[in-house]
Amino acid sequence: MTASAVQPGALAGGRALSRRGTLFGGLCLCCLPTLGRAAESFTLEEVGPGIFVRKGLIADASPENADAIANIGFLIGKTGVLVTESGGSLADGQWLRAEIAKRTPKPVTHVVLTHVHPDHVFGAGAFVADKPVFIGHAKLTEALSARGEFYRSRLIDLLGEDRTGPVVYPTMSVADTAEVDLGDRRLTFTAHGPAHTTSDLSMIDSGSGLLFPADLLFVNRIPSLDGSLKGWLTEIERLKAMGPARAVPGHGPVAVDLAPALADLTGYLTALRDGTRAAIAKDVPIDKAVDSVARDQRDKWALFDTYNGRNVTVAYQELEWE
Amino acid sequence: MTFRIGKTVSSFALGLALATTALTPVAWAAGASDTEQERTARWQEIAKSIFGDRQIAQTDSLVKIEAPARALDAALVPITLTMPKDGQIKAVSLIIDDNPAPYAAHFEFGPAADPAELKLRVRVNNYTDMHAVVETHDGKLYEAKQFVKASGGCSAPMGMSDEEAMKGMGDMRMKFAETQPGKPVEATLMVRHPNFSGMQMNQVTREYTPARYIDKLTVSAGDQTIFTLTGDISISSNPVINFAFKPDGKPIQVAASDNQGGRWQHSFNPPSPTN
Repeated sequence: MTASAVQPGALAGGRALSRRGTLFGGLCLCCLPTLGRAAESFTLEEVGPGIFVRKGLIADASPENADAIANIGFLIGKTGVLVTESGGSLADGQWLRAEIAKRTPKPVTHVVLTHVHPDHVFGAGAFVADKPVFIGHAKLTEALSARGEFYRSRLIDLLGEDRTGPVVYPTMSVADTAEVDLGDRRLTFTAHGPAHTTSDLSMIDSGSGLLFPADLLFVNRIPSLDGSLKGWLTEIERLKAMGPARAVPGHGPVAVDLAPALADLTGYLTALRDGTRAAIAKDVPIDKAVDSVARDQRDKWALFDTYNGRNVTVAYQELEWE
Repeated sequence: MTFRIGKTVSSFALGLALATTALTPVAWAAGASDTEQERTARWQEIAKSIFGDRQIAQTDSLVKIEAPARALDAALVPITLTMPKDGQIKAVSLIIDDNPAPYAAHFEFGPAADPAELKLRVRVNNYTDMHAVVETHDGKLYEAKQFVKASGGCSAPMGMSDEEAMKGMGDMRMKFAETQPGKPVEATLMVRHPNFSGMQMNQVTREYTPARYIDKLTVSAGDQTIFTLTGDISISSNPVINFAFKPDGKPIQVAASDNQGGRWQHSFNPPSPTN
């Protein structure tokens, strides 16, 4: 790979700019400073022995950020590398693949697809050539069958086909729990019930004790609900019962103390549940509820105004049939 | 009010109109970038296919259409139709111009209706104008318009298997708001039904799930009709409709059917009209 391909901002931006330059006579100067900032922020932090995580941007997918909005990374075992999250686009995944190559010559043997959302699966295309085991929840294949192409076309609209990449399906499916042994460390996977989505997979690393809950844990960035609100609150209890002290959230800092982070998440989800239930009980229709429920959480979460109304919409549909 | 709906005849005609509109091959342009002129031309074409050569006057008093300027969820866009002139409104149609089947819903009001406010949830597939067209008892048509930004609502997968989505199909609930004697009662009707749009992919077969939607829904107070809804694929899954009616103490009857022969009937007891 060339040096310019090391960072998705640089790689993607270069192509995008030249294409836009042709189309719009170089009028898209707005991208330049953004690209610079995005590229600078793409660094990996070592959060545990042999565990590297890149903090995702607290933003929505855009042509400038190549959908690099999730916390992605990898851990190095004796026998090979396991990618904990592959990235939000082929470009994002290619950046991660290059970063791995800088740190270890070991093969990438496993790539985890933590759930169906595009910011967590479209990086997988960058690892297909490594022929790893792609690990996913037992329900991930059907979720990707239903939504993968839909997400892909949306991402192509934003990033172009070259930077988006294919829909990659799991080759190892986890229905309950499963273990992967990398020689000096074991990874234990748990397939969760409907929560953030219907295909949430978490992982604990025996080497560090770190939990990788993916998007079952949002920190600072407002959680997005796409599975089951009541189910999510149940799965939070299950994560607590697993007993880890530290975790790598799907969005937010690269590593956090689990208990307070789960308490904040529970605070939001509980406010969403109780507020939506109260609205339903008082016959407040959905179009009014989206502006009133969980408002007291507004100062606690980034992107609140973008996602809270949508969360209320999803919660309302779940709870109105109680 | 003394008029009666010629049920059989009008519903057949309306059903046909809905189907025809859905099948008319019109080359829709990309909705987001259309000019006002293009939108107006499209609306005129759709209006002609539904209402023929009848004149449609603009109104800002007979019907108002409220929708979020930008949808939070394109598969569930809440719509409020306000028709404050009691006694004048015979029917209202909702048309989502840029949807694959633009004619989303047609409500024909009966003698037990209070059409002041109607709420429903729809799918929106593109940046689009929405039109509400009311027909008054003297046979005139009036339209109001609202622009909505949303995309992908008709093709958005439901996030569950078809079997799961069809669980409890035909179950219904009705909630009644607190009311005062002599006043109309506000009610919320909830129907379990996936309302498959025909544009959602089946997760197992990877083929499109055939359209299966509530095409007729009649709500009556005793033997007095409140409304008859003719629906289409633009209505969100698990339809919820808020409406108002003039209570006379009799149970509220709901009869629903879908385009694949499903038939369901439920009865609900409204709060007593006297205290």
